[in-house]
Amino acid sequence: MIERKLTREQQIVVEVADYIGRNYIAPHAIEWDEKEYYDPAPIKAMAQADLFGLLIPKEYGGLGFGSTETALAMETISKYCPGVATTFAAGCLGALPLLIGGTKAQKEKYLPLIAQGKALCAFALTEPQAGSDAAAIKTTAKKDGDHYVLNGIKTWITNGGIADIYVIIALTDPKKGPRGASAFIVHKNDPGFVPGRKEKKMGLRASVTSELLLMDCRIPKDRLIGREGMGFILAVKALDLARPGVAAQAIGLAQGAMEVSIRHSKRRIQFGQPVYNFQAVSHTFAEMAARIEAARSLLYDVTSMIDSGTKNISGASAMVKFYATDMAMWVSERAVQMMGGLGYSRDSLAQKYMRDAKCLQIYEGTNEIQKNVLSRELAKLYQSEEGQT
Amino acid sequence: MRIMCCLKPVPKPGSVKVDPETHTLKREESELVLNPYDRYALEAAVELAEKTNGKVVAVSMAPPNAKDILLEAFAFGADELVLLSDRAFAGADTLATSYTLACAAKKLGPFDLIVCGKVSVDGETAQVGPELAAWLGLPSVTWVKDIKPLNDSLELIRTREFGEEKIKAKPPLVITIEHEANVPRPPSIKRLLKQDEVEVKILSAGDIGAKEEYLGLNGSPTQVIDTFAPEYHGKREIISGPPEEVSERLLSILKERGLI
Repeated sequence: MIERKLTREQQIVVEVADYIGRNYIAPHAIEWDEKEYYDPAPIKAMAQADLFGLLIPKEYGGLGFGSTETALAMETISKYCPGVATTFAAGCLGALPLLIGGTKAQKEKYLPLIAQGKALCAFALTEPQAGSDAAAIKTTAKKDGDHYVLNGIKTWITNGGIADIYVIIALTDPKKGPRGASAFIVHKNDPGFVPGRKEKKMGLRASVTSELLLMDCRIPKDRLIGREGMGFILAVKALDLARPGVAAQAIGLAQGAMEVSIRHSKRRIQFGQPVYNFQAVSHTFAEMAARIEAARSLLYDVTSMIDSGTKNISGASAMVKFYATDMAMWVSERAVQMMGGLGYSRDSLAQKYMRDAKCLQIYEGTNEIQKNVLSRELAKLYQSEEGQT
Repeated sequence: MRIMCCLKPVPKPGSVKVDPETHTLKREESELVLNPYDRYALEAAVELAEKTNGKVVAVSMAPPNAKDILLEAFAFGADELVLLSDRAFAGADTLATSYTLACAAKKLGPFDLIVCGKVSVDGETAQVGPELAAWLGLPSVTWVKDIKPLNDSLELIRTREFGEEKIKAKPPLVITIEHEANVPRPPSIKRLLKQDEVEVKILSAGDIGAKEEYLGLNGSPTQVIDTFAPEYHGKREIISGPPEEVSERLLSILKERGLI
């Protein structure tokens, strides 16, 4: 509704993502959700369309685009199925530590494969006792000659078991706590690396989330990303860059939910007229549209800020993540309500959007943690005014 | 492998206009889309080219407004684009069309493989592929749903009404592709960004060395006498009454028509 001027490149990204949504996702979205089934077909299509190369620099075979183009693709795919968008988003998140801190040799080895969609990535930080308190991780990586040996359990890893490359955060120096964490590249076939139990989820059921078991997983020492002790810095930077992607998912989801329920309310006749004519219904849609557009404006302001090279993006990234995902939860719940019984039926997309939205408030840092991040940034910003009245 | 892929722009359903004099489709005035079966042919050609480090030359005999269809083919993976466009081609039936394509194949070739869609959704003849093979003196395999490159030949699975046939064929040959053959890929962003720089080579009858008497309406033994939308007269009878009478009446109708 709010017209935004896109560059030619951005228009192409949106058109291609929409083409994939219409042709490869929409006909199957309800079925994948119902069967909790991961179908590689839309991911293959995204790879063929070069979408995995959006963020990868041209010198490594990518398109060399930025956060804005990535968010546009994410938003568009998510409108059709936030579950498929999650597989894509986790693939992008897994590539970020390599992009930020990988050595030249690592970039030359992995980035072209990622850009072509020949290697799907995953990012593994969370552990059974380390969720919001990420610094409490217990997975270790001990140096042994020319190798590191990794031991531990990672949980809730998106793309676990289907990814080819895993970025694993593990402690190289447990005494130092978070400063003793490092990031490693683990291949799916490495000895001692085993995907564990697949989670049974409420939403995002077209994507795979699983445990990862590292049992004396032995990897060459050149799989360390950056230096020892850089693990948390890389993880935080990667998550700061990825969170606008979650916001983009939320906005696409909310747009999809609103469109499904508007179409229904214009067709559904009660009391002799379409239910859209009743103010309680039409005002709800007016409210939805305003909230979606507000979140969208915030998102593209944040991605422009990232693309212009702003260094400290933590607060902005946290802000758009919780704002957009809370908005998506509200919109999708209202979409179900506006559709009544049909919205509650598992034959309708509305209830799927609502279940999918719930996860967006939880993953890549709960919204509560995002408010911690933003309030910490605010405190820093207004530090100089302390003591003044 | 060097592969020629024949692409036919067809009028978008709902935009079809018929020339009242020649009774043929007025393709210049219709909104054109790529024949859906040709998407599978193009995908098969591109996949095979990828496997064999080859090239795909997309060729279309069509009016100038079909250029966009070829640019679309570039986004889907074709390497070179050729539009055969000349007033002399107008009104061609399948024989004149396949002759024109054969002249283009000779001019642009040699090709190891020529790939066509199984059928076009406007003409529905499925003749152009096999006729093209005949003009070129090549074998043809129709209704192909799977292609496996072997050392010096291709293993092809061909669908039949009942079952399938496995055929080993040595290039050069012509094949026509079934819709079950593959899942066509989406357009590539990299290729869409390069679309402005891509050349669509336009060739006339003279450029491909075609003989005038074999082209267009002149070269078409099929002359369309009339084109019309058929009128359907559904005859129906509703039998009502008590079940015994209804079944008696139904029985007598079936007997009258010799159905029982």
